[in-house]
Amino acid sequence: MDLEETKLPGVGLRHDFTTARGRRIGVISTRGGERELLVYSQDDPDACHAVVDLDGDEAEVLAELLGQPRVIERLARLREQIEGLATEGIYLEDSSPYVGKTLGDAAIRSRTGASVVALVRNGEVVPSPAPSQRFSSGDKIVVVGTQEGVRATAELLHNG
Amino acid sequence: MHTAALLIELGAVIFGLGLVGRLAGRLGISPVPLYLLAGLAFGAGGVVPLNAPEGFLDAASEIGVVMLLLMLGLEYSAGDLLGNLRRQAPVGLLDLLLNGLPGAAFGLLLGFGPVGALAMFGITAVSSSGIVAKVLADLGRLGNRETPAILGILVLEDLGMAVYLPILTAVLAASGVWEATGSVLIALACLAVALVVALRWGSVISKFVSGGSGEVTLLRVLGLALLVAGVAEQLHVSAAVGAFLLGISLSEDLAPEAHHRLEPLRDLFAAVFFVSFGLSTDPTSLPPVLLPALLLVVVGVVTKLVTGWVAARRAGIAVPGRIRAGAALIPRGEFSIVIAGLATAAGVDARLAALAAAYVLVMAVLGPVLARFADPWARAYVRRQRERAATTAR
Repeated sequence: MDLEETKLPGVGLRHDFTTARGRRIGVISTRGGERELLVYSQDDPDACHAVVDLDGDEAEVLAELLGQPRVIERLARLREQIEGLATEGIYLEDSSPYVGKTLGDAAIRSRTGASVVALVRNGEVVPSPAPSQRFSSGDKIVVVGTQEGVRATAELLHNG
Repeated sequence: MHTAALLIELGAVIFGLGLVGRLAGRLGISPVPLYLLAGLAFGAGGVVPLNAPEGFLDAASEIGVVMLLLMLGLEYSAGDLLGNLRRQAPVGLLDLLLNGLPGAAFGLLLGFGPVGALAMFGITAVSSSGIVAKVLADLGRLGNRETPAILGILVLEDLGMAVYLPILTAVLAASGVWEATGSVLIALACLAVALVVALRWGSVISKFVSGGSGEVTLLRVLGLALLVAGVAEQLHVSAAVGAFLLGISLSEDLAPEAHHRLEPLRDLFAAVFFVSFGLSTDPTSLPPVLLPALLLVVVGVVTKLVTGWVAARRAGIAVPGRIRAGAALIPRGEFSIVIAGLATAAGVDARLAALAAAYVLVMAVLGPVLARFADPWARAYVRRQRERAATTAR
């Protein structure tokens, strides 16, 4: 993948690249901090088919949405690389006794040997959460450990 | 009594501009032609005579030119200018000559004299970077691949103006060929020094104005801009160019802050500048120059289309993009008026101001419309090409 960078005098910077399936997409970063998401046209490769203006916050949310599955993907790849390592994203259901409790309360590592490496809440990733991190229902808790450790953690989070 | 008349007339003018600007926004066109029309309607030979605020309007319109050019300079960094000069210099030169020479020829034919022809060169050569940038953003074409070529041409035109304006100012001020040659050389030497200072010691200049609250930044940047502009005018480099060079030399981290602070002032004073140009132009002088103005418009549209085509082709853009690039470059605006204003102030043929006003009125309205229609044209062109290819294949 070749990421091209083009200066737009008086506007900002444009980055674009062609996907493996042949679509060209790009982002303009203006000097004022706004972003424009560009999808190039297939008929006319020089023109944009769609342009979406994003302010700073919107661009950040989009970046996180695009980036978040990547965190889990990368963990999955890590698992393939290291034999015996298991990772899983465990959903915390309403019925879990740990809703409202902290990570420290659950004492997952001392009880199962698995580690909590990240927390995904409302599309936002909290990497390496602190022991004081409070769980709420709907959180996805990303755990790394042995196969048994991960299974035990899921059991623990479901039933206490 | 005098104060009351001044405030009332000034208030009416500025409020009127606000209404006119809103109308322009509704119609989706640049407010510049409407400001000009408003100016034509009032003042000399217009519907309502306007007397009291003339002194203020004169000063404010001078400041308007300085602000326009200062903000333009702030848009670009020295790196942008040099980079584009290196990559696109031949296209930039083609652009200026192709679009400027017909204007100069018209000037000679209409009997404006060599100085008037020089002014006409600039009036027809330079696209309005303000209108073009806005049109590109409005049409969602900033991401298009022909856009860097378009913006590159705008940068080079502005840089070209930094050379052209001192020459024009020096020629306008001089009497006789030898004096003109001498003052042009002096002006260009001053420009070269200023350019080197702006490019090499920009960070030192930035130190003068950075730090402190926003209010303080505003006052220092504005004050420095007026000072530099005044000194540049004194050296016949032209106030506008002095402000432009200052804008470039202010460092890139300071530019956004200065831009943000000064934008409202630019809007106010630039509006006053356009109105006051309209005010000083007698609307009854428009009809006689209408035909030459329309001819110039036709020529100016064609030559910009050619420029855009060449620039986009050099950048490896296909036919539809080349058409879009040409059409986007058509609008003329603030620069043409700045040049006409300089020429009129120096006593060049009064018809020149009327011609420039008519030209910009048409171009500033027509340009964005043509840019909008470039897409359907380009698509139709491609379809025809395909059909032709299909029939020959058969």
